[in-house]
Amino acid sequence: MTSFSWRRLRALTHKEFLHIRRDPRSLMMAFLMPLILLVLFGYAITMDIDNLNLVVIDHDHSATSRDYVQRYTASGYFTVIAASDDEREARRRLDAGEADIALIIPRHFARDLERGRTVPLQALADGSDANTASIGLGYAEGITNRFNADRLGDVATPPVENRLRVWYNPELKSRWFIIPGLIAVIMTVITALLTSLTVSREWEAGTMEQLISTPVQPLELMLGKMLPYFLIGIFDMLLVVAMAVWVFGVPLNGSLPLLLASGSLFLFGGLGFGIFISTVAKSQLVASQAAMLTTFIPAILLSGFIYAINNMPLPLQVITHLVQARYFVAILKAVFLKAVPPYYLWQEMLFLLLFAIVVFTVAVRKFHKKIR
Amino acid sequence: MNAVVAVSGLTRRFGDFVAVDSLSLNVAQGRIFGFLGPNGSGKSTTIRMLCGLLQPSSGSGHVLGLDIMTRYEEIKRRIGYMSQKFSLYDDLTVEENIDFFSGLYGVARARRGARKTWALEMADLGGMRNALTGSLAAGWKQRLALGCAVLHEPDILFLDEPTSGVDPLARRLFWDLIAHMAHAGTTVFVTTHYMDEAEYCDELALIYRGKLIAAGEPGELKRSALSQHIMEVRVARPYDALDAVERSGLVQEAALFGDTLHLTVADAAQARAQLPPWFEHNGFGDVGVEEVMPTMEDVFVGLIEAEDRE
Repeated sequence: MTSFSWRRLRALTHKEFLHIRRDPRSLMMAFLMPLILLVLFGYAITMDIDNLNLVVIDHDHSATSRDYVQRYTASGYFTVIAASDDEREARRRLDAGEADIALIIPRHFARDLERGRTVPLQALADGSDANTASIGLGYAEGITNRFNADRLGDVATPPVENRLRVWYNPELKSRWFIIPGLIAVIMTVITALLTSLTVSREWEAGTMEQLISTPVQPLELMLGKMLPYFLIGIFDMLLVVAMAVWVFGVPLNGSLPLLLASGSLFLFGGLGFGIFISTVAKSQLVASQAAMLTTFIPAILLSGFIYAINNMPLPLQVITHLVQARYFVAILKAVFLKAVPPYYLWQEMLFLLLFAIVVFTVAVRKFHKKIR
Repeated sequence: MNAVVAVSGLTRRFGDFVAVDSLSLNVAQGRIFGFLGPNGSGKSTTIRMLCGLLQPSSGSGHVLGLDIMTRYEEIKRRIGYMSQKFSLYDDLTVEENIDFFSGLYGVARARRGARKTWALEMADLGGMRNALTGSLAAGWKQRLALGCAVLHEPDILFLDEPTSGVDPLARRLFWDLIAHMAHAGTTVFVTTHYMDEAEYCDELALIYRGKLIAAGEPGELKRSALSQHIMEVRVARPYDALDAVERSGLVQEAALFGDTLHLTVADAAQARAQLPPWFEHNGFGDVGVEEVMPTMEDVFVGLIEAEDRE
């Protein structure tokens, strides 16, 4: 039998680098796409709701009602875009989508409060964006509670007072949890999509037939395809970490070596999966669609990258256990924000390792069969 | 005989379709062995089995004394193969392609430089080593592919339709190179469907629908493979005569050949006696009838038609 040859591996790796260097599409995918995704998720897509438009219908026109409304603007979450005493204005603004919340303060608001009555105060929210509406109403409720407490404070002390503290991300910035997870999404594209394309391209062009007529071994061929993308993946990862820390101000509280180690495991499994796809799908079109469907989309939707897995219906939660990105996203968030000791992450690491070993073994086997 | 390729009963099925049907042949060392057949006749399938790229369904075969069923990895180290499709990398330069295959074949460090120079000279690409391979004309690409396939100085070279899509001058040059290699001791196993190229080969095998229908040296095949004879007739109005003689029942086949007619007949003596009076009688005047050696194409078409009649 012919044995493993470093020289052949070197020739294959070098050749693959030349392909990448001369193919604008691969270059874009490898280097421009991480930047585009970063900017997109870092700036454009934000889950923070801190700019709600408010319509105020004040029938009372008292100092107390003005104090109440002022608490909204002072919170920093609301901007009053219209004030009126015509309730049709509230409907008009909500219909037009200009306002998120409308407050309707009844006549004799101040007088009734003075008399110790409970005053009904209506808040209307635009439920066509349920997330924004519920968060906006939450803020409104908080402001009202505070208002009540301040008024009661003159009379009695409240029985329970919350002392809230948020750990790991005190200001609850969505950027802080989105950007670390983004590393997993970017690396998914580099691994599965690019590798499956490069192998199926060789089948399509007929160069694979020439390759397998030489003494080259399946293992060499696979490693030769994987190595360049592995290096690009690590480079992209460092790039995103650097941008995350220095441009977006996300703290890297945990250890970078741990991040690199888990990233390497993730890359290894992903690249193996890409090769596996290309052994099944020999055309570039089928390969890229298969890679999109089995890796990229799950990485965005089912990894906990943005959407919390705990909130998914049970069957979907079960499926997420098969998504490689899920484990890496968990590690990324933990390392970036929580700085937990590595042994907290042993389950995730173990899965990544097993996934890599299984996928790689299957890919080498499959590849071998196709050669014959 | 010193057989470099020895095949017996080699068969490959794809489902119900029999691509290669119990093929048996031997190729001696240093010969140019031409494997002829129409498209889809099983030429590429055979060559792939010999190169260890495809597992035969049954039968046996040895290349360089190594069993193609089991020792294909050893075979791969000692053969050169050029697949039907142009199979170098278009986005690599001439030199990068050579270096790549040199690395894959494990050409010894000391030999590498010399082999590269040799390949560049052979392909006449010395001045274009930094040109992207995709920018080369078909003839140059083909010669570069040949150069890359023999960097490791293989004992036998398998070429699958190496000259398809290449202009006649480049084809001639290509065959000169092949002749050169055979002279230096390399066995060349080449498939083609260009009948004129058959003349460059030392030995031929004709394959049709997966079956071997004739084998031998070109001259021998032309002399004896056909049971029919080809009569050349010089006649004043060959085009009119063609139709008439085809309907006459005197010949099996008639074809225009330049300004003469080539008529296929079963019995040459009988044709010589019957044809001149027939032409005379039908108003074509005095004609000359002469038996000629069939061309390779005549032989090939004749054999295939005989096969189809069975």
